[in-house]
Amino acid sequence: MRAERMITPAVLFVVAFLVTALPFERSGGNFAGTASFLTTFLTTVGIYAIFTLALNIQWGYTGVFNFGVAAFFLVGAYTAAIVTKDPASGEFVQYVGGFGEFLSPNFLDAGEWLPFIVGIGAAGLASGLLALLLSVPTLRLREDYLAISTIGIAELLRRAVIENPTVVGGTNAMVGIPGPLDGYFAPGDWKYAFLVMVFVFLGLLLFAVERGIRSPWGRVLRALREDETVTAASGKNVFAFKMQGFVFGAVIMGMGGAVFGFGRGSVSPDTFDHFFATFLFWAMLIVGGSGNNWGAIVGAFVVWGVWTISLQLNGYDLPGILQVRIFFIRDLLIGSTIVLFLLLRPQGLVPEQRRVSSWLDRRVRTPPDARPPPEADATGGE
Amino acid sequence: MKSDQRPDILTIEDVSKAFGGLQAVNRADLAVAEGSITGLIGPNGAGKTTLFNLISGFLKPDHGHITFKGERIDGLPPHKVFHRGLVRTFQIPRELGGMTVVENLMLVPVNQAGEYLWNSWFLPWRVNEQEETNFTKAEEVLSFLNLLHLRDEYALNLSGGQKKLLELGRTLMCNPKMILLDEPAAGVNRTLMRDIVEDIKRLRKELGITFFVIEHDMDIVALLCDRLIVMAEGTKLAEGSPDEVRKDERVLEAYLGGRGR
Repeated sequence: MRAERMITPAVLFVVAFLVTALPFERSGGNFAGTASFLTTFLTTVGIYAIFTLALNIQWGYTGVFNFGVAAFFLVGAYTAAIVTKDPASGEFVQYVGGFGEFLSPNFLDAGEWLPFIVGIGAAGLASGLLALLLSVPTLRLREDYLAISTIGIAELLRRAVIENPTVVGGTNAMVGIPGPLDGYFAPGDWKYAFLVMVFVFLGLLLFAVERGIRSPWGRVLRALREDETVTAASGKNVFAFKMQGFVFGAVIMGMGGAVFGFGRGSVSPDTFDHFFATFLFWAMLIVGGSGNNWGAIVGAFVVWGVWTISLQLNGYDLPGILQVRIFFIRDLLIGSTIVLFLLLRPQGLVPEQRRVSSWLDRRVRTPPDARPPPEADATGGE
Repeated sequence: MKSDQRPDILTIEDVSKAFGGLQAVNRADLAVAEGSITGLIGPNGAGKTTLFNLISGFLKPDHGHITFKGERIDGLPPHKVFHRGLVRTFQIPRELGGMTVVENLMLVPVNQAGEYLWNSWFLPWRVNEQEETNFTKAEEVLSFLNLLHLRDEYALNLSGGQKKLLELGRTLMCNPKMILLDEPAAGVNRTLMRDIVEDIKRLRKELGITFFVIEHDMDIVALLCDRLIVMAEGTKLAEGSPDEVRKDERVLEAYLGGRGR
């Protein structure tokens, strides 16, 4: 029991240590270089954690088998780009929209904040709308069929982007997406500020999701995951709740897409392939612990850590046979990590909470043994 | 019996349901009197559970009307039938395994403020107040069913009989007008079942809940029900008090005789 409790801290420590020590050693003890490397690493973790958090609502709670995270990622990223960029100029750069200039109030110069909030909002809205539209034909499907249809939708949208170069730039990618507040920082320093912004945003989302889902609402979602028939026999409108869980997750995925675009500065269709834009988030959720919001974040850290570390190894004198194959070995590594977790620790690094309702958690734990008198805190309240 | 004088709470008129070539329910006509404990018996494959699925909205009849408290309910989705006060249990217990026993019950109450996402964000005190009420109610139901010691256990870990009791508990969380019980005694030990029989009678007496019960155990049926409906081959074969039904030759032939008793 005690040993089992040490698994998660041990894994976190090993990943954190390697992800710091390897670049530090390779750069010959360069602190600034290591800090810069870690900043990039953690920013990516923060952004991917947004998607994993969203997937946890859909799969970990509602039991909706969304294997097309890429679709919502794509819609969010492009929507935010269209909203925050200025209009297209020149015949080689073509895309619709470019509303950025309308959103930048004159009294704020270079590093305006407003467009980014509007961009994130619009991304969430567009992605949520897509989910709403999709839910009508797909959510009534059995979960395996739902998985197949979401894969199809993700691929469909990616092809649509590639085949229509005038809409969002096609394979040319949309470049020059402005970074939030980048006017206020020296070019090399902005990424530190962005790291802070990503984690503030992730924190806000985590708060909203945790508070929203560890409630009677989340209880209906978990009931759906367990057995839709019983949930219907308990008087709940199965389709309505399933749709709410699906759309709520999609809104957050869209927002994650927006943040991704702001960080990268460009969006192109190859970002949204199945591996990086769907599969990786599933790996993170399974490793971290499906059904637990904190687990989603831990999973993002560990999986992206393993991914990063495996590339770092390439800087060392590996035997030739490994040297050329390291990129494929990484895929293998992620795949076998998932298999290992599914076999040995299906609940993930941070298992889901026993009780859905956080109120109930507090209520049951406060008096450790004796059952409280019925009117102990009948006023409810906090 | 006297129950004949009471108005019918549930009437099934000319209801049919086929699965492919199998006519599961065939022009069934029957009624359940308000405040009665009516048993539904019949050989395997008589269409009893299909009838329950039709009444509770999990299946739509191909033909016919189902009326509950004077209003038609055929074709309504399950949650709307539930909201009318007509609730059911399942033959094979279907617990929400990944949730604790108490949360299996706290799920049930209708109109929970906390079922709206914005309320749990912006009005947590209202949500918490209701949680307290529902928690208290769930604990009452659990102690009524002798399950209170399992309150925080995952429902998955309950024994077969305990799961059966949890099914019953779910129906008690929502002030129902009528409860459909699909084989409540299967897998529950005899002593406990006798308690439950008494409890069902008490619920009928104190709260006026009507029960419609599928049950194979004739001892329990005789103890519990004041009226029996016998189904065979998808339609009603006979009806009467338990004693009358036992003596009915058609019933003996279709049901008791057929099972070699």
